[in-house]
Order: sequence, then C-alpha cells, then structure tokens
Amino acid sequence: MKRFLSILILIGLFSLASLGFAEEAPVSPSEVEQAAAAPAPTVDTGDTSWILISSALVMLMTPGLALFYGGMVRRKNVLGTIMQSFIALGVMTILWVFYGYSLSFGPDIGHVIGNLDWVGLKGVGLEPNPDYAATIPHQAFMIFQMMFAVITPALITGAFAERFKFSTYLVFLVLWATFIYFPLAHWVWGVGGWIRNLGALDFAGGLVVHISSGVSALAAAIFVGKRKGYGKEPMMPHNITMTLIGASLLWFGWFGFNGGSAVASGSLATSAFVVTHIATAAAALSWMFAEWKHRGKPTALGAASGAVAGLVAITPASGFVGPMSSVIIGLVGGVICYSAINLKSKFGYDDSLDVVGVHGVGGTWGAIATGLFASKAINAAGNDGLFFGNPSLLVNQLISVGAAWVYSFIVTLIILKLLDATMGLRVDHESELAGLDHAQHGESGYVL
Amino acid sequence: MKMVTAVIKHFRLDDVRKALTDMGVVGMTATEVKGFGRQKGHMEVYRGVEFEVRFLPKVKIEVAVPDEKLDDVLKAIQTGAKTGDIGDGKIFIYNLQDVIRIRTGERGEEAI
Repeated sequence: MKRFLSILILIGLFSLASLGFAEEAPVSPSEVEQAAAAPAPTVDTGDTSWILISSALVMLMTPGLALFYGGMVRRKNVLGTIMQSFIALGVMTILWVFYGYSLSFGPDIGHVIGNLDWVGLKGVGLEPNPDYAATIPHQAFMIFQMMFAVITPALITGAFAERFKFSTYLVFLVLWATFIYFPLAHWVWGVGGWIRNLGALDFAGGLVVHISSGVSALAAAIFVGKRKGYGKEPMMPHNITMTLIGASLLWFGWFGFNGGSAVASGSLATSAFVVTHIATAAAALSWMFAEWKHRGKPTALGAASGAVAGLVAITPASGFVGPMSSVIIGLVGGVICYSAINLKSKFGYDDSLDVVGVHGVGGTWGAIATGLFASKAINAAGNDGLFFGNPSLLVNQLISVGAAWVYSFIVTLIILKLLDATMGLRVDHESELAGLDHAQHGESGYVL
Repeated sequence: MKMVTAVIKHFRLDDVRKALTDMGVVGMTATEVKGFGRQKGHMEVYRGVEFEVRFLPKVKIEVAVPDEKLDDVLKAIQTGAKTGDIGDGKIFIYNLQDVIRIRTGERGEEAI
C-alpha cells in the first residue's frame, strides 16, 4: 500500500511539473472528472523507456524461438523451421497495424471483440491511453502488444514442424490471428473483454499466448498428422547448441515479456522481472533432475526445455506472486511439463517439438498457479489466490482456462479443415523426404 | 606399394599421426566417416524419445607406403589407435598399383 501511495505521489508530482504541456491538449469535462480521481495521462519518460526496451526484448524472442526450434529439427528442415517463426515478424506486424490492434484493444463490441475504430492505427497516437497505460504513449503500448501477437502463432509451428507447406502457413497465420489471437487478447486484456470483467488474472499472456498456442498445437498435431517415418526413422535434433542459444534468447527476452507487462517501470515491473527469473531457474533444475532420475542422464536439451517451461508457467502469475511462490511454480512446472512430453508417445500424435507439453500444459499450470499463489501484497490491483484465503479467484482462473482451451481447439480445427480443403496442409511426399529447405525455399542451411 | 586404410577413434587421430610421422611417413589423408562394427550403436534420448544411433562417427585414415615400411606403419597405427576398449577400429591393407605426383609427374615410390 505504501508503495502504491508513493507511486501515486510521484505521478502526481510529475503531472504538476508538466502541467504546461497538458494545457495544450483540449480537455473535455468528463476527462477532467477522471483526472480528479486518477492522475492525468502524461507521458513518463522512465516508463516509456522501459516499455520500448521491453518491446525490443520481446521482439528478440521470435528469432530466439526460431533457433530454439531450428536446432531441434533435422538439418534438412532447419531453414524451413526458422522461416516459420521469422516470417511471423513480417505477417503479424502488418496485420496488427491494419486491424489486429483494433480488434484486440479497440472499443469493445459485446465483450468479445474490439471494433474497427483503430484500423490502420487511426487515433493510436503519441498521447497516452489511460485505459491501458496512463504514462506511456499509446503507440508504445501498441508496439509492445504487437510483439506478443508476433510470437504466439510462431509457437504453434513446433507442432507441425518438418512437414507444413509454407504458402498454407502464411494463410494460417492470418486466419489464426484473426479468429483466435485477436478475440482472445480482447477477452482477457481489452477494456470490456468478458474474461477481464470476470476477474480472471493473466498478467503477461498465459492464456492469450501459451494456452492458445499450446492447445492449437494439439489440434494441429492431430489434424496435420505424423511426419513420414515417425517412430521408425531416427529424428534427432540436429543442433542442440543452436537450441540452447535460442532458449537463452527466450529467457533474456522474457524479462521484457513479463517485466514489460507492468506497462510501467518501477516496483511491479521489478517484481515480475525477479519472479520470472526465479521460476525459470527452478524449472530448468526440476526438469533436469526429473529426467536424470527417470532416464539416467541430465541432458542439455532437458535443461533448456525446463527453462522454457518455467518461463511459460510464471507468465500469467508474474505480476501477482512473490519470490517463494515463484520457486514452487517453477519447480512444479518443470516436472509437470517433463511428464507431459513423456505422455505424448502414449497418445500417439506427433507434436514434433512439444508445443502441447510445454506451452499448453505449462500455460495451464501457470493459470491455475495464479489462482493459488496470487497475493494483493504483491499487486494491489490483482487479487488473492486460494493460498491467501480467496478460493473464488481459482474458480475464475479455471473458467478462463476452460474457455481458452475449448475456443482455441475448435477454431483451429475449423481453420485447418478449411485450409486442407483449399490449399492443402502438407508438402508432398518427395518434398518431405528432401526437406523443407530445398523443396520449399530452394536453399540449404549448411554448405559443408 | 601398399595402401593402408584404418578406421579409428577421433581422439586417437593425433597419436596415430605422431606415431606415423615419427617413423618417417610424410603424408596421410583423414576423413570423417560413420559406420558400425561389433561395437554396434548406442541409445540416445531426446525429450523422452529414444533413438538408436546405428552409425557411430569415426575417422578414416589413408596412408600409401612402400612395401618395406609396411610392418612399421601397421605397428605405428596400432600403437597410436589402441585404447584396449571395444570400438578401437580396424586396419585394411590393399595392393597399390601406382602413385603419381601431380606437380612433377613422378611415379611409383618416388611419388609417395
């Protein structure tokens, strides 16, 4: 509470100091009323710096993911796999500017989607939008959120790695973003969104990013089908050093993902930053030890996978939990995700790079953990979880998880069915044997 | 003349090279190869999925030698490559019909 007060005072002082600038903007009576209750929307340079840096950090996660995945496929598919992540930076950026941001964060229609008022970033200027972030330019918030929209569909590509047609993938990106990501982002984060109104908490995208991509990955792995020779031919990762570089870049970028989700610099960003790191370290250890005990060897791939599982698990909780809670979230997250990837072969689907086991399961654990470990002592704007005397948050978390699971799964199946009937999902038999690099892109990853 | 080909363990390559140069061999070729023998492969586990690695990486060396040096060369390779464990490799010996040094056109033992 003390910290909250001091932030208020600081913001108040800052707005006083910049009163000269505020006078230039036309102020409506309703805005004056709001200003009396909340601090006037004035750009804070510290907050803006942190959000711009965070945006760049989150941007780097997508190339990081490309390397993380690229190392895990066979060498004939390294470029095709990297491309599927990398090109999301192109496609999603343009979509976000054209209509994605408006559908996600624009003025609410029926609690399910934003309207088209902000198409082409119309009205999304350099003044703060106090609904989302009162102290940074609206465009800073917009570009920070853009980077989340970029990486989310790229996460799914691990489920159909080594066999998906690139042209179909580009259309898949557009459809998946339009019918799953933008609505979900609106439900959870948009003003008026029904999950936001419900009171479920998702600090940095456990639901919007990880459950949505992880569950869509499950639908995709089942619908697209296995790789040729799956279970018969060896399909070992071709470059685990590359995968470890990718995992490290993800870890690094995630400080922006979670820390930046405070949409301001200061205490909350610090708290999110700290618990993100702790949970990740804990999960890297717990996955490694689980695998060591189960299989006899502590693997590098296991440590890297555990780190990513920890990052996923702490994501929804990062702005609401304290350090010791984050240790538990990480430790449990690593073991749960390790168990999940081991179950995969029992179910018989080929989720090639374990998007379901890491993002679907890790994201679900994180959303539930938020309902257990959240504490108002960490974030007064959040809520208390079950372990802090409030069972109702856990119920809301479960409702939101269920909704995200069902919606993502069904709509992804519909999109894939449509694309299967029109463009075809997979490369042909010969191309799959030759590899995506040669067949789809006309290149080789390695000339050695 | 004989062509001596040996498949050996990677980390013995430098020892084999030293043993050969010490006894006067002035040239050899080394190639990264994969194969299997009695050692067979081994299992690797990636994220809970087991793969049998059937072909193990080895180094293949090739040395052309005059007949009178053959025994010494074979001894040098054995000394350099032997660890005493399974998978130390094998040596193959062929008759070598001719050798030509491209720069000068010399032939036979002169060209080795």
